[in-house]
Amino acid sequence: MILGQKQLDKIDDILTANLIGSGVQSVMLIDTAGNVIASINNGNETVDLYSLAALAAANFGAMSCMAKIVGEDEFSLLFHKGEKENIYFCKVNEELLLVNIFNNQISLGFLRLKMSKVVEELVELLGL
Amino acid sequence: MYVGLGMSGGAGLAFINLKDKVIQAKIVYYGPGRCGKTTNLEYIYDKCRLQINSEMVTVKTQGDRTLFFDFFPFDMGKISGYDVKIQLYTVPGQVKYNSTRRLVLKGVDGVVFVADSAADRRNKNIISIKNLEENLKLYNKNIRDIPLVIQYNKRDLAKEGIEILDVETLENDLNSELKVPSFEASAVEGDNVILTLKKIIYDTMSSLEKQLKQEP
Ligand SMILES: Nc1nc2c(ncn2[C@@H]2O[C@H](COP(=O)(O)OP(=O)(O)OP(=O)(O)O)[C@@H](O)[C@H]2O)c(=O)[nH]1
Ligand SMILES: [Mg+2]
Repeated sequence: MILGQKQLDKIDDILTANLIGSGVQSVMLIDTAGNVIASINNGNETVDLYSLAALAAANFGAMSCMAKIVGEDEFSLLFHKGEKENIYFCKVNEELLLVNIFNNQISLGFLRLKMSKVVEELVELLGL
Repeated sequence: MYVGLGMSGGAGLAFINLKDKVIQAKIVYYGPGRCGKTTNLEYIYDKCRLQINSEMVTVKTQGDRTLFFDFFPFDMGKISGYDVKIQLYTVPGQVKYNSTRRLVLKGVDGVVFVADSAADRRNKNIISIKNLEENLKLYNKNIRDIPLVIQYNKRDLAKEGIEILDVETLENDLNSELKVPSFEASAVEGDNVILTLKKIIYDTMSSLEKQLKQEP
């Protein structure tokens, strides 16, 4: 897979418009090996991106294995709720994942809506 | 521009972001349970703080055994204008954790196989390197093609009067066909830990360079 500069810029635009614009603090596009492909935040978030990407990819991988054990193809989204911060993972395709950090001012339902739009746009952009 | 080098089934592989000029390569420390993989990373983390802008992530059991992996990104600085980040991982060595071991191996670009020099660990080393070969196959990778360095760890045990395997035996068991670079080391004392790291980084970067040239 080769992405041009234009595509990378477009990815940034999609993530910014749909997610950061809606109040998500930080969003990251990673691959399932744990590499960071794109990451955007609202300027107030200082998370350790590379560590988060490594753990997110591993977590997603572990969940996929668990899904198979219970006879599911996959759990397509994962949500971890904290007191203030929440993490939401969502699969784009076999290789790519989206990881969002957001607080309780955003409802999960709203976020899910935005995320499915983002996935749609990414799939179209990348021809996945 | 962003180039994924994964050509065969594309399980990740090094990521080269030509827009931000960042290269991410994944190096995994593999080997049997208790051979000293985590100790290698701990030593590197301790000695190379300036090149590590991250906390070390360790997912382990109460008894200090690795449950999933240890991880930190290692900054190589600029190489030909690129910011090179080496993602260092260990796998859990215990036989029962094979499924998580496989997950960590996904998208690997280079491997350090850490062997335990203690005489009573001989069989465990052999089983583990076979397991590495099998798990690489799952990602369409051949143990003969991937950058690989073998480390004969715990050489210091001899001083404590514990019987260790001589290097010829270890080479014969593990490296007679592969013929990859190998080092005697002691992760607790830090002997050759950095040398092992430098060698695998060098070999991994050279291999990536070669693959890049083959990209159309
Ligand atoms: N004498 C000696 N002991 C070592 C050396 N390297 C590691 N050890 C010891 O071996 C034990 C296991 O080391 P770890 O680094 O946790 O081993 P590991 O390979 O990460 O083990 P798993 O996580 O179970 O796969 C610890 O008690 C270490 O202190 C060495 O070079 N010499
Ligand atoms: Mg360990």
